Amino acid sequence: MRILWGFLSGLVFGLGLVISGMANPAKVLNFLDLAGSWDPSLAFVMGGATVTAFIGYRLVWRRRAPVLDQTFDIPTGRSIDRLLVTGAALFGIGWGIGGFCPGPAWTALPLLAPGTLIFLPAMLVGLWAGAWIKGLGLLNTKGAAT
Amino acid sequence: MEMEIQTAFTPWASLGGGVLIGLSAVMVMGIFGRIAGISGITQGAVGGILPLRGAPKDRDWRWAFLLGLLAAPMLIMAAGGTVAQTVPQNLLAMAIAGLLVGLGTALGSGCTSGHGVCGLARLSGRSLVAVATFMTTGFITVFLLRHVLGGV
Repeated sequence: MRILWGFLSGLVFGLGLVISGMANPAKVLNFLDLAGSWDPSLAFVMGGATVTAFIGYRLVWRRRAPVLDQTFDIPTGRSIDRLLVTGAALFGIGWGIGGFCPGPAWTALPLLAPGTLIFLPAMLVGLWAGAWIKGLGLLNTKGAAT
Repeated sequence: MEMEIQTAFTPWASLGGGVLIGLSAVMVMGIFGRIAGISGITQGAVGGILPLRGAPKDRDWRWAFLLGLLAAPMLIMAAGGTVAQTVPQNLLAMAIAGLLVGLGTALGSGCTSGHGVCGLARLSGRSLVAVATFMTTGFITVFLLRHVLGGV
C-alpha cells in the first residue's frame, strides 16, 4: 500500500508539473526573466499549489496520525541561519542557469534531452556533497536547526 | 543557456497543474505524514544506495514517488498528449546548474516544493526566507546571463 500510494502521489505531482508548464525549463527561465520575455505563468502554479496545500494540510491535520504512518513529521526548525540562506541562494543561481529545480528534472528525464541527462546526475552529486558538507558543521551557527 | 524563446502565458493550465501539485503535497502529508519536498525525497531515495548523511530512512514510498514522477510524462504521451519542453543545450552550464541545485537544496534543506509549496502552506518563516532568497538569486542570474553578458 505504501508503494502504491507513494507512486500515485508522485504521479499526481508529475502530472501537475507537466500540465502547469513547470517541467519546461524555457517557461521557468522566462518566468525569471523580468526584464525580457517575462511569462508570469509560474506565479499561478505556485499560487494554486500553495493555496491547495494550505487548505488540505489543515484538513488532514485533524487526524491523529497519517493513514499509513505513525506520526506527522513536520520540520520544527525556526532559526534563519547562514546554511539556509547560503543554500537557497546557490539553489536559485543553479535554477536560473538551468531552468530546472529537482521535481521537473525527474519528470524531464524520460524525454532524454542531453541537458537533462547531464543535469540530473550533477544534481545527485550536488545533493550528496551538500549532505556531506552539512555534516561537517562548518557553516552552522550556534543553535542552528536542521 | 541562452534560449529567449517566447512561451505563451498559460494562467489556467498553470493554475490547474498547480492545484495537482498541491493535492500531491496533501496526499503525502495525509498518507505518510511527510513534507513533499522533491530534494528531500531524492535524498531519501539516494540514501538507499549511497551513504548519505542525514538522509531520511523511510525509503519505500520515496522510491515509488520518484517512479511516479517519471511515469507522468510517459502517461501523458501514451494518452496522445504532447509534453512541451525546451532544455538548455549548453552541457557545461547544465552540469554547473545541476551541481548548484543539488548542493543548494541539500544545504538549504529544501527546494521549490519543500520550501515553496509545503513550507509556505505551513506558514514557515524559514521557508519564506528560503523562497525569497532563491527567487531573488534566480531573477539576478537570468538577468545577468541574458541582459548583461547577453548571447553567451
